[in-house]
Amino acid sequence: MQRFTCPFCGPRDETEFHFAAEAAKVRPEPAPEVTDAAWADHLYGTDAPKGHAREVWVHLTCGEFFVMTRNTVTRDVADTEALPGRRA
Amino acid sequence: MMRYSGFTLFRQGLSGHRGWQPAWDKATPKPAYDAVIVGGGGHGLATAYYLAKVHGLRRVAVLEKGWIGGGNTGRNTTVIRSNYFYPESVALYDFALRLYEGLSKELNYNIMLSQRGMLIAAHTPMQMEICTRIANAMQLNGVDGTLMSGAEARERLPLLNQTADARFACLGGVWQGRAGVARHDAVAWGYARAASALGVDIIENCTVTGLDIRGGRIAGVETTLGPIRNDRLGIAAAGATPGLAALAGVRLPIHTYALQAFVSEPVKPMLDTVLLYLGTGTYLSQSDKGELVFGGGLDRVPTHGQRGNLPSQETITSGLLEMFPAFGQLKLLRQWAGVVDVVPDSSPVIGPVGPEGLFINCGWGTGGFKAIPAGGWLLAHLLATGTHHEISRPFDLDRFARGRLIDEAAGSGIAH
Ligand SMILES: Cc1cc2nc3c(=O)[nH]c(=O)nc-3n(C[C@H](O)[C@H](O)[C@H](O)COP(=O)(O)OP(=O)(O)OC[C@H]3O[C@@H](n4cnc5c(N)ncnc54)[C@H](O)[C@@H]3O)c2cc1C
Ligand SMILES: [Zn+2]
Repeated sequence: MQRFTCPFCGPRDETEFHFAAEAAKVRPEPAPEVTDAAWADHLYGTDAPKGHAREVWVHLTCGEFFVMTRNTVTRDVADTEALPGRRA
Repeated sequence: MMRYSGFTLFRQGLSGHRGWQPAWDKATPKPAYDAVIVGGGGHGLATAYYLAKVHGLRRVAVLEKGWIGGGNTGRNTTVIRSNYFYPESVALYDFALRLYEGLSKELNYNIMLSQRGMLIAAHTPMQMEICTRIANAMQLNGVDGTLMSGAEARERLPLLNQTADARFACLGGVWQGRAGVARHDAVAWGYARAASALGVDIIENCTVTGLDIRGGRIAGVETTLGPIRNDRLGIAAAGATPGLAALAGVRLPIHTYALQAFVSEPVKPMLDTVLLYLGTGTYLSQSDKGELVFGGGLDRVPTHGQRGNLPSQETITSGLLEMFPAFGQLKLLRQWAGVVDVVPDSSPVIGPVGPEGLFINCGWGTGGFKAIPAGGWLLAHLLATGTHHEISRPFDLDRFARGRLIDEAAGSGIAH
């Protein structure tokens, strides 16, 4: 069993967490000019990086979303931090 | 190619089995090919075979970074079925099943297809309604699906937990009689052997590290065994596909997850069908050697590491014991995982992407073994003709921009 650290609650079992998205996705703007392809890429496109990754996860128990930096091959977690504007 | 038959077996027996030849030639790369396929799993090998057989292309190579069938093709639980919901999916998976039904003969290689039937079992009246809906969809799509009653299911599966306080009492479910299992390695080896006999080069221990793109067209690939020129490239590399597509500047709607499977010690024959419990997500079949082969849902953490994690192991094995309390005494022989490529609508991505001449076949996620003959057929069609076959058209990457998703997770609750 792996432990992840919620920036708000501290270390908890991995089963309390859920992967949400890759971090730093920017919503394309302005909306009327966004092509179908660009919008589809924003909604569904991923890099699925092998190794170093920055991802948004949710701690299901407290409901907070946060950023996790980890290695997708070894699964080692380097760091977790609150989203900008949220203070732990 | 040496033909396999009862007679060759008998003759080899007389000479102490010393005359067998290797099933396929170990090839080294030539400087150029008409078409190159990345990934020596079932889909890549089938693609090469149909390119040579159906389209007459002979200068074809399959490049595999490890050994053929060492990816998900050799790691899966071998369930074959076509009980999907959407007509597009049924057209695809039933095409595969029909090709599977003739494959041992076609390849002259026994893939041990065993159409022992599959039950997707329901445990609540609501699940039973979902099963009715799937059975109806199957009948409308022209495949063999029926609703099985609880009494019938319990008769077929006498060891099921039938105690009054069973948490997941079996109420029946959807039955497909043509579903079953096949030997996964044999599918890879059979296609490799037949492709090799038609002149295809099967090159193992060769990793594709770069794509040579000139003027918006594929011109070749870079590999650990040197550059290879080719103007048509097919990628069928499962969980490694996003990284390869990125070399062509293409982003795919794919997350990679580990999916685990388990094998118990062998026991006497006690289960003559494939069984999936909707209530627990665990599914199993009994191998010809008597082992119980079982698995369940995806691991919850996206990863590229080919190993499973403990919480999913607990969920899957406790699901098994819920179905069959008697298995509590069985020992596990092995546990392993594959890295599967999961698409938001749980359907594969087949079609052209990025530079001209580049085609992909991926996104099979937890269920692409059953699709191997069709996936190979369709990618071969794309590589040979440059255009979609009518069966692959709905699975093009453009479905995400067109909003025409084929959501089998919602439609049929995909499970392997
Ligand atoms: C535990 C488990 C259980 C499953 N159970 C079922 C089931 O019961 N029924 C079912 O239908 N499906 C099942 N699946 C899914 C099924 O196994 C896959 O969808 C299917 O095998 C995919 O085949 P493939 O040929 O596309 O990929 P693979 O067999 O994974 O082949 C891809 C190959 O590409 C190679 N490769 C990757 N990168 C490179 C590179 N850069 N250069 C060269 N080669 C490269 C890899 O080494 C690999 O051999 C299961 C999967 C797992 C992991
Ligand atoms: Zn928390």
